[in-house]
Amino acid sequence: MSNKSRLHLPHVPARPGETPDFSYVQQSPAGAVPRPEVNTRARDMLSLSTDLVRVLNDDGQAVGPWHPHLDAADLQVGLRHMLLTRLFDDRMQRIQRAGKISFYMRSLGEEAVSVAQGMALRPSDMLFPGYRNQGLQVVRGIPLVDLMSQLLSNTNDMCKGRQLPVMYHSRANNIFSISGNLATQFPQAVGWAMAAAIKGEDNVAATWIGEGSSAEADFHHGLLFASVYQAPVILNVVNNQWAISTFQGYAGGEQRSFAARGPGYGMAGIRVDGNDFLAVYAVTQWAAERARTGGGPTLIELVTYRGAAHSTSDDPARYRAKDDAEHWPLGDPILRLKAHLIKIGEWSEERHQALNAELEALVASSWKEAVAFGTMTEGPRLDADTMFEDVFKEMPRHLQRQQAALRQERS
Amino acid sequence: MASMNMIQALNSAMDIMLGKDPSVVLMGEDVGYFGGVFRATEGLQRKYGEHRVIDTPIAEGGIVAAAIGMSVNGLRPVAEIQFADYIYPGFDQIVSELARIRYRSAGDFFAPVTIRTPCGGGIRGGQTHSQSPEGIFTHVSGIKVVMPSNPFDAKGLLITCIEDDDPVVFFEPKRLYNGPFDGDPNKPAVPWSAHAKGQVDEGYYKVPLGKADVVRAGAAVSIITYGTMVHVAAAAAAAMNVDAEIIDLRSLVPLDVDTICTSVKKTGRCVVAHEATRFSGFGAEILSIVQEECFWDLEAPIARVTGWDTPYPHAFEWEYFPGQARVQAALKSVMEPA
Repeated sequence: MSNKSRLHLPHVPARPGETPDFSYVQQSPAGAVPRPEVNTRARDMLSLSTDLVRVLNDDGQAVGPWHPHLDAADLQVGLRHMLLTRLFDDRMQRIQRAGKISFYMRSLGEEAVSVAQGMALRPSDMLFPGYRNQGLQVVRGIPLVDLMSQLLSNTNDMCKGRQLPVMYHSRANNIFSISGNLATQFPQAVGWAMAAAIKGEDNVAATWIGEGSSAEADFHHGLLFASVYQAPVILNVVNNQWAISTFQGYAGGEQRSFAARGPGYGMAGIRVDGNDFLAVYAVTQWAAERARTGGGPTLIELVTYRGAAHSTSDDPARYRAKDDAEHWPLGDPILRLKAHLIKIGEWSEERHQALNAELEALVASSWKEAVAFGTMTEGPRLDADTMFEDVFKEMPRHLQRQQAALRQERS
Repeated sequence: MASMNMIQALNSAMDIMLGKDPSVVLMGEDVGYFGGVFRATEGLQRKYGEHRVIDTPIAEGGIVAAAIGMSVNGLRPVAEIQFADYIYPGFDQIVSELARIRYRSAGDFFAPVTIRTPCGGGIRGGQTHSQSPEGIFTHVSGIKVVMPSNPFDAKGLLITCIEDDDPVVFFEPKRLYNGPFDGDPNKPAVPWSAHAKGQVDEGYYKVPLGKADVVRAGAAVSIITYGTMVHVAAAAAAAMNVDAEIIDLRSLVPLDVDTICTSVKKTGRCVVAHEATRFSGFGAEILSIVQEECFWDLEAPIARVTGWDTPYPHAFEWEYFPGQARVQAALKSVMEPA
C-alpha cells in the first residue's frame, strides 16, 4: 500500500531533531474575549469554545472582562500553592530516581489548572481528579506528609498500600479516589452532581481528564448525562498537548477544539489559557456560578503544556523535540503570576526567593516526617493481613480463609 | 400474603424501598414513564416522581458511572440494565470502579449500587437477549452476585441488596418472570399463583445473602443450582424418581459453602447445573470447592449440566438450553458410575 492513501494520519509538528512549531495553537489576545452573563444559553456563546480566554497580557497586566479582581493576598496564596506543587513534584521526581518510591507523575507547567480551579471552588464542592491534579490536594490543604505517605505506601498511607503512587483521596476534604484507569471519573462526577441536584443542595462537582483520555467513551457519557440532566458539574479537559507519545491530534484536536464538544452536546464550552492563573480562576468561577444557579454544566478546555515526562517510566526525548517546552507560546504559569504580582507592586524577587526557600524546607521536613512512617525498604511496614480488608464491608468466608492461609504462609 | 409473579415481587421490593428510604433512586432505560420493558418498575415514577425513578439515555457505561457518582453522594441507586446482554458497555465501570472503590480508598468511600438485569434464555431472544453472564462477575473481587429463582426470594433478596453497602449485580432469570419454568417449552405455562413461592409477603422483609435454600431435601444426590435451573432440575429428578437434594444457591457471591458441603457429604453424589456456558463457568468453581471439601465423601465423579459453549442460537434455543434430558443424563452418570 502506498503511504499516500486518503487516510489522514495526524502528524506531530516536531519530533526529535525537528524545530518545534506551535502555530496550530489558536490564540486570542488577552482581554479580547467577551464574558457573557452566567445564564447565557450555550448556543448564544459558541465562540467561547474556540476563542482563548486570557487575562494576563505579555506585560504582566490583568486586562479585559474576565479579570477576576482577586485580592493580592489571594493571588499570593495561589502563587504559593503553585510553587509548593512544583517543588513537591521536583523533590518526588528526584526521590523516585533515587529508588525510594516506585513511580511518580509531575504536573510541571500545568500547576495553574489545579490550583486556580481548586481555589475558585468551595470546600464543599466535590472534586473528581485525574492523576496530574496534585495542585488540588495542595489547595485543599492535604498535608504533604500524607501525600508522601501515599507515595511510599507506608503505615500512614490513606490507601493502605493498595494504590499506585499519586492515586490519592480525601473523604474529609471532598476529593474522590483517583482511579488509574483513564476518564472513568468523568461520568461519575456527573452522577455526583445529579445527586446534589436531586437532594436540592447547591454544591457542584468538578472533574478533570487529559485531552488524550477524552477519546474514551466515558468522556462522552459524562457530556451526555451532564447535558440531558443539566447537572451542576464542571467538566475539565486539560489539553497539555501530549498523551504519552501521541499529540492532541490523535484525540481529535486537529479538526475542532476540545471545548467545542460542549456546545455539540448543548452545553457551555470555554477554551481558556491554562497557564494564565487569573483566566483559569475566572472561567471556573463563572462555570461554578452557572452550575450553582441552575445553568447546568460547562465544559472547560484548559490549554496548557505537559512540561515533564508523562511519568517517571517515560522519556519524552524519544518522541518530542528536546526544546519543545521552550517554544510553548503560553509561557509558564508560575512565572506569569509572579510577574503580574511584581507588576502590581505586591511581590518581589526577594519575597519570591524567601518563599521558595520556605517551601523547599517544608518539603524537606515533610519528607523526613513521612519516612518515619516507613519506606519501601526500611522502617515500619503495613501489615499484609490488611490486604483482605475493604474488598467488602464485611469479610466473607472465602477471604477470611485466604487471610488465614497467607498468615500461615508468612509464619 | 399475596399472589405475585416475579415482576410484581420485584416491583413491590422497589416500591417499599422507595417509600422507606428517600436515598433510594431507580434509573435505567425505559424504567420511568413506561415502567420498564418487562414492567418491573411500572407505576413507580407516577408514585415517587421523576427525581426518584429516572429514565436514562441508552448508555450502560453512563448509567453505571452515574450510579456510582450518585452513591458516593449518599444515594442508593438501583440501576436497571435492560438485558444482561447489554451490560458490557458498563463493564469497565463495574469491574474497575464500582467493585473497587471501597478497597482503593481503604473504606473511605463506598458505592452501594444495585444493578438489576434480566438474564437467561427461553424467550426466543437469540444471542443478544439470552445470555447468563453471572460467571464473568463472580470472577471480580468486590462485587456481590445474586440470582433468585422465585418471587418470594426475588423480593427479599432485592431489598437486602438495596440496603447492602456493597455493590451487587442482581440477575433476574427472565424466563421465570411469569412462572416456574421446568425446561419443557411444549407444556402449557404454569403461573406463579400455583407455586408456594409465588405467595409473597406484601410488606418489608429480607432474604439474606450468602444463604442457600434447600428447595427439596433428599438422600440420593445433591443438585447444586440457581436461577431457572432450580425448577428444571427439580422436574428432572422427580421424573426419574430420584431422591435428590436440590440446593438453590440464590447468592453466588457470597457463597454458602456450608450448605453445599453438608449436602454433598450426606449424599455422596453431586450434580452442578446452570444455564450459562460451561467453560470457566461458575459451575467449575462449585465443582472445585466440592472436590476440595468433600473429596473423601464422594461416591462418583461430579457432573456438570450447562449451556453449550456457543453463543445462544435463535433457531436452536431448546437444543442449547440445558433441559431435563441433560439433567437426567448427568444424574444417571453420578447415580450409576460406569
